[in-house]
Amino acid sequence: MSLKVVVDMDVCQDHGQCVFSAPDVFQLDGEGHLVLLVEEPDESLRSACEDAADVCPVQAITIEG
Amino acid sequence: MAAARVVVAGAGMAGLRTAEALRAGGFAGEVVVLGDEPWAPYNRPPLSKEALKGGVEHAGVAFRQRASVADVDWRLGTAVTGVDLHGRSVTLADGSALDYDALVAATGVSARRLHVDGPPPEARAGRHVVRTLDDARALRAELVPGARLVVVGAGFIGCEVAATARLLGCEVDCVAVDSHPMVRPLGIELATELQRRHEAQGVRFHLGTGVRAFAGEERVRGVVLSDGTELAADVVVEALGSRPATDWLEGHGLDLADGVLTDSALRPVVLDAAADRVGPLDGVAVVGDLARFPNHRFDDAAWRVEHWNIPTETGRRAGAVLAAHLAGEGYEAVVGADWTVLPAFWSDQYDLRLQSYGMPSLADPDGARVLEGDLAGECVVGYSRGDDLVGVVGIGMLREVNAYRDRVGRGAGVPA
Ligand SMILES: Cc1cc2nc3c(=O)[nH]c(=O)nc-3n(C[C@H](O)[C@H](O)[C@H](O)COP(=O)(O)OP(=O)(O)OC[C@H]3O[C@@H](n4cnc5c(N)ncnc54)[C@H](O)[C@@H]3O)c2cc1C
Ligand code: SF4
Repeated sequence: MSLKVVVDMDVCQDHGQCVFSAPDVFQLDGEGHLVLLVEEPDESLRSACEDAADVCPVQAITIEG
Repeated sequence: MAAARVVVAGAGMAGLRTAEALRAGGFAGEVVVLGDEPWAPYNRPPLSKEALKGGVEHAGVAFRQRASVADVDWRLGTAVTGVDLHGRSVTLADGSALDYDALVAATGVSARRLHVDGPPPEARAGRHVVRTLDDARALRAELVPGARLVVVGAGFIGCEVAATARLLGCEVDCVAVDSHPMVRPLGIELATELQRRHEAQGVRFHLGTGVRAFAGEERVRGVVLSDGTELAADVVVEALGSRPATDWLEGHGLDLADGVLTDSALRPVVLDAAADRVGPLDGVAVVGDLARFPNHRFDDAAWRVEHWNIPTETGRRAGAVLAAHLAGEGYEAVVGADWTVLPAFWSDQYDLRLQSYGMPSLADPDGARVLEGDLAGECVVGYSRGDDLVGVVGIGMLREVNAYRDRVGRGAGVPA
């Protein structure tokens, strides 16, 4: 199954810690709010995405697939 | 040869992250995690913040677990009481023993209590601490509108509880021996400003004073300060810092002066010359709040850091090191590689978000300076020691404070 990243935007509090782990997938916009750049990143980013899920203080990120 | 077994003592965040890292490192043997709480690993920071306000349920704070740890043997409600580091086995509360090939010490810290006269240090006497889910639940039940809360201790957890209690409609007094709230980690300028904001929200501070006693018999009625003043209280929270859970590791010549001293491979260091060996102990790793480890990012000293990213960072390190050790690769390969960590911390108080990187507490006495914004609004404060930026703290301004993150540590210089 291919890699899929889901962010629960009701839970996300824009801590931005995910950005440090996987800058190709997560970014903060000009207002400091999270934008998910790609929902189905390349398999080579799996470990970076898992790291991002680990460091989210509010557990807003789920890795599917 | 039978499959190897790793025993993890402590089912908190650090225990979970180490188990995941063992699997990521290729260890396919047995992993047994022993935890004295009845709960699978959960996130503690919400217990003084949004979960304390909203409602304390395990489902709301439980950690997501990677699929790789689905076969881990979680033995919850099981305390570890001792260890035989040479015979490689731990003793459990029921007297039974469990052998291991590698051991992870992840028992964290417990909340410190005040030892003064008054009702017993129990939630049903109105005396609370906030470390576990059960602590937070018992406290939540008493934070009803109009309740008079006295928080003893003005560190992060004390201030977060004070803020949450104000939002819940309680009256809040906060007592501390320090001169300002959160002054030790943040320095005087920021601490003064944060005190002002708490006071604007109705918190009354009593600073530079200790607690002589708690008034009341079965239940707390008040808090008696050093000078004899009595503050009326329906509920008390003791937020006085922590005590590392090292009891089960005593008697082996480990340095347990403040958590467990380790080398940079997170092996505990045996210091007692009377013990039959001196030096780091192979096949054992110490992780999370419990570990006092060298971090060359700042200096050559070993520090114990109770920040949320440390369980993950140390867990990854320990998992990789132990997986290599169990695969017979020896320690040389991993010990040589320099491993450093940037402590990261956040705190939510009212609508304020504080984000800290590094170790501001290492700064020179006059080392704090506003780098961006202004203290009365949103700002970034830099903390320097000599020519090094040792920490940055943002009040709001997340993007700005994040931009300084990589410059924190030895050798990168202080921003102009
Ligand atoms: C209320 C609160 C708010 C916080 N807020 C923040 C924050 O905003 N930002 C931040 O960066 N950090 C915060 N922290 C700190 C952060 O939660 C800790 O750094 C983190 O929980 C440490 O994880 P750990 O696994 O090392 O230890 P712990 O989470 O303490 O886990 C250790 C586990 O081992 C168990 N145990 C202990 N002794 C034994 C034994 N003998 N046998 C078996 N099990 C045992 C304990 O019961 C516990 O379940 C907060 C902590 C608290 C309590
Ligand atoms: S770390 Fe979590 S809360 Fe922060 S921006 Fe990323 S998803 Fe949102």
